[in-house]
Amino acid sequence: MKDAPGTRDYDWWLLAILAAICALGVIEIYSATQGSSLAGMHMKQIRWLAIGFILMFALSRLDYHLILDQAPILYLVGLGALVAVLLIGHTHFGAKRWIQIPAIGELVQVSELVKLIIIIVLARFFAEVRSDQLDLRDLIKAGLLVGIPLVLILKQPDLGTALVLMPMLVVGAFLAGLQWQHAAIISLAGILLVGAVFYPPVSRRILKPYQRDRITSFLHPEDDAKGSGYQLLQSKIAVGSGGFWGKGFRNGSQNQLGYIPVRYSDFIMSAWAEEQGFKGVLLALGLYMALLLRLVQNAQRAKDRAGMFLVMGVAAALGFHVLVNVAMVIGAMPVTGIPLPLMSYGGSATLFVFLAIGLVMNVRLRRFVN
Amino acid sequence: MSYWFRNDNRLPQARLAVASYVIVGMIGVLLLGFWKLQVIDADKYSSMAERNRVREIPVIAPRGRMLDRDGRVLVDNRPSFSVLLLRDDPALVEKYLPGIADGIGIPLDDLKDQLSNTKNLPKFQPIIIKPEASDADIAFIESHHSDIPVLEMISVSRRRYLPNGFLAHAVGYVGEVSEQQIESSNGKLRPGDFAGKFGLERQYNDILIGTDGKRRVIVNSVGKETGRLSTQEAIPGKQIQLTIDYDLQQVAEQSLGARPGAVVALDPRTGEVLAMASHPSMDANDFAVRISAEDWNKLNESTEHPMMNRAIQAQLAPGSVFKIVTATAMLEDKVPPESFTTFCPGYGTFYGRQFKCWVYYAKTGATSHGVTNLHEAILKSCDVFFYNVGMRLGIDRLSYYGSKFGIGHKTGIDLPSEEPGLMPSAEWVERVYHRKWYPGETISVSTGQGAVTTTPLQLARMIGGIAMGGVFKQPHLLKDAPNVGEERFPISESTVEKITDAMYGVVNEAGGTGGQLKLAGIEFSGKSGTAQVIGYDTRARVGKTKQFEDNAWFVGYAPRRNPDIVVAVLVQESGKHGGEAAGPVVRDIIKAYYDKKAKKTQGQYTAESKSDAAGKGSTAAAIVAPRVVLKPDNATAVVPTHGTPQR
Repeated sequence: MKDAPGTRDYDWWLLAILAAICALGVIEIYSATQGSSLAGMHMKQIRWLAIGFILMFALSRLDYHLILDQAPILYLVGLGALVAVLLIGHTHFGAKRWIQIPAIGELVQVSELVKLIIIIVLARFFAEVRSDQLDLRDLIKAGLLVGIPLVLILKQPDLGTALVLMPMLVVGAFLAGLQWQHAAIISLAGILLVGAVFYPPVSRRILKPYQRDRITSFLHPEDDAKGSGYQLLQSKIAVGSGGFWGKGFRNGSQNQLGYIPVRYSDFIMSAWAEEQGFKGVLLALGLYMALLLRLVQNAQRAKDRAGMFLVMGVAAALGFHVLVNVAMVIGAMPVTGIPLPLMSYGGSATLFVFLAIGLVMNVRLRRFVN
Repeated sequence: MSYWFRNDNRLPQARLAVASYVIVGMIGVLLLGFWKLQVIDADKYSSMAERNRVREIPVIAPRGRMLDRDGRVLVDNRPSFSVLLLRDDPALVEKYLPGIADGIGIPLDDLKDQLSNTKNLPKFQPIIIKPEASDADIAFIESHHSDIPVLEMISVSRRRYLPNGFLAHAVGYVGEVSEQQIESSNGKLRPGDFAGKFGLERQYNDILIGTDGKRRVIVNSVGKETGRLSTQEAIPGKQIQLTIDYDLQQVAEQSLGARPGAVVALDPRTGEVLAMASHPSMDANDFAVRISAEDWNKLNESTEHPMMNRAIQAQLAPGSVFKIVTATAMLEDKVPPESFTTFCPGYGTFYGRQFKCWVYYAKTGATSHGVTNLHEAILKSCDVFFYNVGMRLGIDRLSYYGSKFGIGHKTGIDLPSEEPGLMPSAEWVERVYHRKWYPGETISVSTGQGAVTTTPLQLARMIGGIAMGGVFKQPHLLKDAPNVGEERFPISESTVEKITDAMYGVVNEAGGTGGQLKLAGIEFSGKSGTAQVIGYDTRARVGKTKQFEDNAWFVGYAPRRNPDIVVAVLVQESGKHGGEAAGPVVRDIIKAYYDKKAKKTQGQYTAESKSDAAGKGSTAAAIVAPRVVLKPDNATAVVPTHGTPQR
């Protein structure tokens, strides 16, 4: 039976890169929280990482075709969970994002799970497109598949996670043979949407107040001394003051004195850049680049279209996370609340990444089947 | 298993290659962003991080103390805390304002007023919302450091003055610096700093003020201090020693008591001011902290003028004390000759007008001085005699001598806002009123009425200087002051002898106006003055109301020649004769001076034995309070600055 892959079939390079990124994250979480009321957070992160590794291996054993078979059901479960979180979810930081799973006793951020489900559903959908060209009907279908959960997530409200669904759709559509006319129309729509978000008379209607604040403070950080403009400014100060060589482990004043907002989570790259300098950034971003390129390589080697779409969906999601988070840290994008995969502290987000990588492993393990 | 995935039709690899390029490009762009921040702009952000983390907190230099001539502490400092409001972020301030108002007990509206009053100042500059934090305030701020990040405290040192307005006018007070002071300080002063505003505090501000230091501390994002980088110590102001004698000052304050008036005691040999009092007084401790605009206006607009230092600012008719000028001019110029006598029927008629002698209104005894010569005229203060002398001398001679003795000129004492008084002359009426001098005015001036005005300090300097034979030392309050000025106007020995003998007689001979003031064993001499606020005739018309009562003067000294001490006392609106109202105050001070001198020479008195008590302020607390006007009642008294007789 070729269905039982051996250990040598795992992507050990990918695992090594993964482990290195996780190590950087744990080191910086330790540095950012030691000596504060949050001390010990790095141990909690290690626990999440351990659970993540186990889940990743577990998921990789289950043939992804079986998973893709269940895509419609998973999709319904995902939608159900999103509706449930709106009805009975726990509210933290002004948004309903968490749901309590009695068995685990931890709050689970449902939208992280939904991201995974959308990757699966889109892979299944695009795999069923038989031609090398994506026609308009299929494009609209795919848009609807993503659109429904996207609206539900926006309702929480969680703009960041909602945004992550977009690159999954875009990358999938591109690979499935998006026609340039459609691409042009979508781009135009996208530009209009972004324009609307930054154009106050329109954004007033479609965005929540806190979202508008973030946009405004991104455009005019000096008007908002302690709000999210302040956060971006402090992050830039942290990054810039790190210089080329960095201030040293546990030595970043912006980090240690708490000027960097949520320095152990969304802004961990800021803390890292301050303490490790440009050389540290080079290392971290190099690792992320290696991770993403490795994912693309796995996609290239996938046995079938379904596997390729699955891997590229994961790559799109992770790449987008890295792009948006890091761009925010250097002040090039507004605050969106998107964590940096594997470095930022967070249970649900970490588990999502490991489960996603589990899917990639799954595809890789079965590349020689048939 | 369904067959949907059995599609071996693999996608063109080129599309995946595009994904690789996108990834490399994306990481490249992000790295460029980091390069810009961390390499190109690194210096800029480093200094911003430094500014974030480091806060400079001023360390206020304590002002120098003031000591009396024996080294006893007159003005001291006490530690205190001020509450600062950090205004960098108006939204935060807005949010916490009600909580702050509650926590430190300032009405919300007051806080808002303070904010709107200072909205033109730069935002990074904190404002002092409560200059004097109570223990409860300190506890509140300490315990709410993290939830109210806009509150901060700094330690300051506040002036502690002796209570009950003791020596208040000479010492003066400090206050928040004005914009002019900030501009002229070459960056040494900042808004919210304190500087001398009045009295010695202002005069010697540059010596007293010291140099503020600063503390560079590390603060975290909620403003909590987490470490200290460096401390630049404040350089305390230098202390100054005054010529004031605490003991004499105490006698002066007590003896003048609740009556409005002033006391100046000088050592005419050196110009040292031994005591200076002005009543009603104010408690400068109220200005050591911020005073409300309302209280400040009350003080300044009070009809009792508690803020005025009468010793150097009250310009009043000197009355009969001026007769010493007239007498000296007569003896020096021999106009009329020394042997001149007059008959006093209680009045005299000059230039068609009748001028009364005070004796005409005397409550008891004769209404006439009979025939008097110069000696007797000084003793009894006979107006008619001096009317006649003045008429013969003329205004030019009177004005010349009065001016030479310092009337109309500032004495140059080391206090701000001294007034010069006025010595009228023909030239003066010409210049000011564009008319000729009326000869009748000379008659008034010769007895210290009319337009002539002096301050108590001028009279002390003048009488002391005449008794010294024409040597006028510049009065001063700073002990061991360098370059004490001196004016010499030589008076012949015989004149000095006769004048001082007459002033000795005022106290020690029968019929003298200060007869009740005799001091055994001391050659206490002096001259009384009873200056009309309005003319005798007008007085008779309006009846006896307090506000038009006479001002009582007495300028006394001892011993008879080359005196050790001269004391000028003004008691306003006493309604009493100068010798009665002001004389006893002079006597008390001169007696105290010699009592202390006797103890010192007998070795019973040492400065140290008293310095402890005074240093702690316990002695001061025991002082009988003179009248301190802080919250003026509905007083109606008028204190005219010029006693202009109406004719």
